[in-house]
Amino acid sequence: MPRSKRETRIDGFDPASDYPLSTVRPDLVTTPSGRRLEELTLEAVRQGTVADDDLRATAETLRRQAAVARESRRHPLAANLERAADLAAISDHEILALYTALRPGRSTGTELEDWASRLEKELGAPQVAAFVREAAVAYRESGLLR
Amino acid sequence: MSDSARARARLERELRREVVIEPNPALGLIAMGGPNDPEPGLTIDDGVVVEMDGRPAADFDLIDRFIVDYGLDLTETAGAMSLNEVEIARMLVDIDVPRSELVRLASGLTPARLARVVSRLDPVEMMLALKKMRARNRPANQAHVTNRKESPVLLAADAAEAAIRGFAEIETTVGVSRMAPLNAIAILVGSQVGRPGVLTQCAVEERKNLELGMLGLTTYSETLSVYGTESCMIDGDDTPWSKALLASAYASRGIKVRFTSGTGSEALMTHSDGFSMLYLEARCLWLVRAAGSQGVQNGSISAVALPLSLPGGTKAILGENLIGAWLDLEVASGNDAVASHSAIRKTAKLMGQFLPGTDFVTSGYSVMPKRDNMFGGGNFDSDDLDEWTTIQRDWQVDAGIEPVNENEVLRVREEAARTIQALYRSLGFPPITDEEIRSAVYGYDSRDMPDRDRLADLEAADRVLSDGITGVSLARALDLAGQSGPAEAILGMQRLRVSGDYLQTSAIVEPGWAVVSAVNDPNEYRGPGTGYRLDGERWERLRRLPHQSEASTKAVSSRRESPAVVEIGDAIPGGPDDEVVIAVGPAFLSVVTETIGGLAHENVLTALVDGIEGEGASCRVVRVRRTSDVAFIGHDGAGLSGSGVGVGIQSKGTTVIHRADLQPLDNLELFGMAPLLTLDSYRAIGRNAAAHALGKRPSPVPTEIDNFARAKLIVQTTLLQALETGEVEPGAPATVIELRERGVVTEII
Repeated sequence: MPRSKRETRIDGFDPASDYPLSTVRPDLVTTPSGRRLEELTLEAVRQGTVADDDLRATAETLRRQAAVARESRRHPLAANLERAADLAAISDHEILALYTALRPGRSTGTELEDWASRLEKELGAPQVAAFVREAAVAYRESGLLR
Repeated sequence: MSDSARARARLERELRREVVIEPNPALGLIAMGGPNDPEPGLTIDDGVVVEMDGRPAADFDLIDRFIVDYGLDLTETAGAMSLNEVEIARMLVDIDVPRSELVRLASGLTPARLARVVSRLDPVEMMLALKKMRARNRPANQAHVTNRKESPVLLAADAAEAAIRGFAEIETTVGVSRMAPLNAIAILVGSQVGRPGVLTQCAVEERKNLELGMLGLTTYSETLSVYGTESCMIDGDDTPWSKALLASAYASRGIKVRFTSGTGSEALMTHSDGFSMLYLEARCLWLVRAAGSQGVQNGSISAVALPLSLPGGTKAILGENLIGAWLDLEVASGNDAVASHSAIRKTAKLMGQFLPGTDFVTSGYSVMPKRDNMFGGGNFDSDDLDEWTTIQRDWQVDAGIEPVNENEVLRVREEAARTIQALYRSLGFPPITDEEIRSAVYGYDSRDMPDRDRLADLEAADRVLSDGITGVSLARALDLAGQSGPAEAILGMQRLRVSGDYLQTSAIVEPGWAVVSAVNDPNEYRGPGTGYRLDGERWERLRRLPHQSEASTKAVSSRRESPAVVEIGDAIPGGPDDEVVIAVGPAFLSVVTETIGGLAHENVLTALVDGIEGEGASCRVVRVRRTSDVAFIGHDGAGLSGSGVGVGIQSKGTTVIHRADLQPLDNLELFGMAPLLTLDSYRAIGRNAAAHALGKRPSPVPTEIDNFARAKLIVQTTLLQALETGEVEPGAPATVIELRERGVVTEII
């Protein structure tokens, strides 16, 4: 049976035409635990099948939003959303600690490098790792390391 | 103190509480075009920026470095920087140069160049450019909702009211930092009762702010402040990198982010480094874009009075909004903090954003009285709502606030108050009493609210964080309390975070959960006939003020029982030498029975007759039917009069003493201030008319003047006159009339 145009697009994603994801491509949007938007009902909350911390974007969704931003020629916004995708699976606690580490005079160069290598190797966040390394260079040259 | 009474009167004006100063560039007290601002420039060597705006790379501060590394598009810089400033400025206002081309151009222009180009525009050109460069097609507005007592029920009621008034975002903050979770919950619940989809935030210290977002108690944040000098950034305990990381952290939890900056903040922090406010703001805006924020709250914000103390301050603020939009950022354009004591001055400043329309015309309209505004805001507040909606109607402009019927306001306030009461009960939080609900629905400000047990509230606030009470918890608790509607809406807000659609530039959520942003509803203004226009259904909605009247003559026509008038027959010219003819208009004591001042026509006639007879003249009353013009009515009366003197009176009460030998549009005495005439005035008019008839030379009847009478009564005047004109029978002769019950008419010839 020939596949319709719609069907051929199921796995593909076109950042030029698939925004807003929630209405154009709800099939691509899930929570971190894999629930689809239509499953996120009050009934599901009543049944206790929706975990409180599950209602947020996945890294994949954020990368798609980054692609939409890039398609609209908003490159810095796209880069931000890509860093957000990196951070999606990292715990609130870790993120708050990383933020604090990047504030002025909080970290030594080694501490920032430790963060970068953890982000890269353990936390699956290569873009944020690169960003932290770039910050470390700037901080060193500006005297903002601890 | 001046000897002039006029100068003293001006000194007493609210405006004169404010200080205006000469620029002092060394202190950064200069709005734009400062003598120390660098010459714009960019040198690239082998793909590396070696100089920007007069500073070699070796001397770059963190901001220069961040802009160069993450912002400037080096594929665009050569072309963009080679254009001269006037050429670029002309492109900004050229409707044939599309927004997208200007956005691309901006990505290659340095901060100093952006500031210089914008300062080439005059205010009207800036407004046109801002209208063209705004990111989202339709303008919107943001509300502030706070109160001094941090009463949760009042916060919820105000948030609900803000939502039905059409605000797309609602921001709260705290008096006591620990209260943040409860305040965030109150406006989340209230807003969703008012209109599902309104975005909310609670402005507190960054870390706590992020925590609230992570719990799903807020959906956006605009607390990320940046400054145009490195020392200010460091004073703010952040760097461009830490701010950018924070922005990514918010986005990673599906929270919309907007940075904050604004002219004057660096001078206020005494770290301006001697640069002008607009140049420093251009650096901020580049930093905001480079950090990947979708938007910015700018327009001086809390420092607004400082640029306003300087020449060109208002213009510089409009200029900074324009640079933000030009850099393709969503702009929430200020007008929140008190800009001036003077209503004239602050409204004049507002027009710069109000008329072109920005993504959020204010970055916080105080939905409650300004006394309760905890942001130092309230430039426009609850008392000004009718002014705002009227000015929108006057200009046919959408500035994001909808007129709402008062009953609807009360209904939604009560519903929100009941919902938060149910939620508190369901969560075991300190109870909300029915008395609190009544006060929140009907009161003026938090002084009308009963005091709460603050310690108990603070413990509940702590519990939100320690127990991890989330947006989903709130939906669950509301559902258990039988409030499934608000529960659904709050769950809907959590769902927004899953798709992340509202992380795109200028996103707001329309009814029905439709995310509208610069991606799917971009501003494509290209001159007349294009772009967003306030028309159709939206115009119908914004122009219908709840207090407007029908423009119908029914509204002013008589419902009063009045004496019957008998038409005796055609009036014949000539009577006794001492005769004064009172000539009334065609509608007098027929379809109209009162003057515009509310005097019954029969009493007015009696007063005129008493005056005439008291002075020793005789009189006759006729109805002029061929005209509704007071001059001709009076002149016709004079022509019929034995003495040649007549009194003409229109149904609305305007009166003239006329004489037959004068030109119709001339007169002996004219009494145009009908609303101010009393029965005593009409008696005096009668006496003077009689005196003229008897050949005396009376002094004119003294009259009151009220220059506001016209503004107040011009509509009624028009409608009453329309009734009068409707009764005109062209060419019909005047008739003698008599009042049946009162027998006012004394002489019938």
